[in-house]
Amino acid sequence: MEAGTPTADVAREPAGQGIPSWVLGLVPLLLIIAAVGAFSALGGPGLGERTGPPAEELAIERTKLVPGAIELTVRNDGPDPVSVAQVVVNDAYANFRGAGSPIGRLSSETLVIDHPWNDGEAYSVSLLTSSGGTIAHEIPIAVLTPAADLGFFGLMALLGIYVGVIPIALGMLWLPWIRRIPPSWLRVVMALTVGLLAFLAIDATLEGVELAGEGSQAFGGVALVFLGAAFAYLALTGVGSWLSARRRARAAAGASGSTLALLIAVGIGLHNLGEGLAIGTAYTTGALALGAFLVVGFALHNTTEGLAIVAPIADDPPSLRRLAMLGLVAGAPAVLGAWIGASAFNTSMAAFLFGAGAGAIAQVVVQLAPTLRTPGERGLAPRVVGGLLAGLAIMFATGLLVSV
Amino acid sequence: MSDRPLNKRLTRRRLLAAVPAVGLGATALHAGVPHTHGTAVAAAGEEHAGHGPATGHAAFRGGEVDHRANGFDPHEILRDFDTGKTSRMADGRTLREWTLIASEHEIEIAPGVRFTAWSYNGRIPGPTLRATEGDRLRITFINGGRHPHTIHFHGIHPATMDGVAGSGDGDIAAGGRTVYEFDAAPYGLQLYHCHVRPLAEHIAKGLYGTLIIDPKQPRAKADEMVMVMNGFDTNFDRANELYAANTIGFAYADKPIQVKRGELVRLYLVNILEYDLINSFHLHGNFFDYIPTGTARTASEFTDTVMLCQGQRGILEMRFPNPGRFMFHAHQSEFTELGWMGFFEVSE
Repeated sequence: MEAGTPTADVAREPAGQGIPSWVLGLVPLLLIIAAVGAFSALGGPGLGERTGPPAEELAIERTKLVPGAIELTVRNDGPDPVSVAQVVVNDAYANFRGAGSPIGRLSSETLVIDHPWNDGEAYSVSLLTSSGGTIAHEIPIAVLTPAADLGFFGLMALLGIYVGVIPIALGMLWLPWIRRIPPSWLRVVMALTVGLLAFLAIDATLEGVELAGEGSQAFGGVALVFLGAAFAYLALTGVGSWLSARRRARAAAGASGSTLALLIAVGIGLHNLGEGLAIGTAYTTGALALGAFLVVGFALHNTTEGLAIVAPIADDPPSLRRLAMLGLVAGAPAVLGAWIGASAFNTSMAAFLFGAGAGAIAQVVVQLAPTLRTPGERGLAPRVVGGLLAGLAIMFATGLLVSV
Repeated sequence: MSDRPLNKRLTRRRLLAAVPAVGLGATALHAGVPHTHGTAVAAAGEEHAGHGPATGHAAFRGGEVDHRANGFDPHEILRDFDTGKTSRMADGRTLREWTLIASEHEIEIAPGVRFTAWSYNGRIPGPTLRATEGDRLRITFINGGRHPHTIHFHGIHPATMDGVAGSGDGDIAAGGRTVYEFDAAPYGLQLYHCHVRPLAEHIAKGLYGTLIIDPKQPRAKADEMVMVMNGFDTNFDRANELYAANTIGFAYADKPIQVKRGELVRLYLVNILEYDLINSFHLHGNFFDYIPTGTARTASEFTDTVMLCQGQRGILEMRFPNPGRFMFHAHQSEFTELGWMGFFEVSE
């Protein structure tokens, strides 16, 4: 401790008084590094050989179908290196390129397998490892993977705008109406919004968990969903506090409605990023039939999200520019998601993003909850409860029509 | 091959196709997300890099396996007949003696794929024992493996020489030995294999071979070869990942079997394939005389395809009238493209 430190602090530290505190903090760290280094250098003294054969695990992260070939991007998510020695497609050995050397832990490789596949048929690819193990991969329906050219990205952008941006902008048109209704009915609208959001949070969590369970476990699997949720929740809490503090400092008034609207927009944006991912991925694998029904379904589903954004700012009408910005924050990620989903899909990333969407929405729900209560009363008014239930029901019903 | 949880997904997709609009729900994502997760656990191995031949046929990547490291080469096994150590007995008959040692060792079963095999004398199939009808056969069996093993010969012999538990010396424990002794009868194409339970495992891992008993009156001189049709279950799911004649898939495709035009070719064909009900042999561009079990001097069929169940065998005799490459393979297309395929190359 340095000179001039209060005596109370000195009394807390009876030993090592002459040593700077940063040294005391550093010593354990250095010891840990030295111990780990020595342990690795000596090859884990006393542990002996591993028992049993190596565990060979490969997750197929991406399937791309090009004329005359199947391209698989695999990731080793097991503890041991994996050598892909031979490849079998529908019970026939096939020539392939890639993975000429063992694939190390967490590394990924792309195998280009020669096979004259037919449109619309199912394929079973089996990777035969050097130890004779097989890693099976099913292609339920073979469809040419769209080339990632400008036209394709344009289509994905259009899709994102159809299902994300436009419906939310339409939903925000409820703002003038909301501004006219009495506070007691505004609370019902807020309740409806909370219901909608709660449904989205649950839905995103379930989607994320299911996705994480199917994909590579190398980066944590299902844990990623909850990590993403915690990350988004805490980040939005921090951002919300910061925005509120800044606004208070500027206007000396609790203009939390505007902050809340932005937070809701961010939360919904994250959710729509996940939706875009799913749409893009489904489209490239041929699992998605594009059509008017899909777009109409999404419009119904996402219009309500626009309502959720404007509900908290009924008292504090923002500029048109700000409204447009909020709409874009909420809707545009669908475009980004569609691009990513169609070109560089990764299960682990998608699981994390679904989790982040759920966490962001949960944070918004927590922020909105106090506004549902009638001032000076305990509990929720029956029609507010009705609004909550209606919100859940609307999302459930429109979700049945379409969701990806 | 097995591992086909395909039906589930297909059903889902069919449902989706049938109800294109409403079915889009959550299904679209999960049917469409391009990933699955697989786990394979087996014994250690090493990498083998290379390029698959651009033959237009199914083939392994990496070309040939290391036959020298394996200790046997299908091309050598093809025409390798072991007549044993011979001596004259008091009654004037010929005594033939062999020593067969069962052992475990790792082989490269396909380029880059290691398999812990069980074998007789370090090769799969085991030595092709050859005798003449009426000879006395004395086979000393040493079990160098870690499990009990036997040799069960097909043929006519005393019960105590049958190589099964409960007869004679029964199962021969690891490190143990026994002597199988009997007269060579009847003439024909016989086989031998281990007969210890679990039977499928002991056979599938490689404990089998051929015993040819020639008739007293020799068959016509010919270019003779032996093919034991087998397969290997490398991931222990009781289905074969690899099929072959004489163990190494595509060995006779990568390097065709050389024969002379017009010369008599005699093929001793044995099916020992485990886990699959039947196997077959089909010859391109030619026909052959077929003698089931080799127990006759005249053919019973003139054909280009024969079907055999496990343990069934027969002699094929053919002459190639045309030069060039002629394929032969199992006429189960799956087996063909999983390794059981090769060529005869006919030259002048």
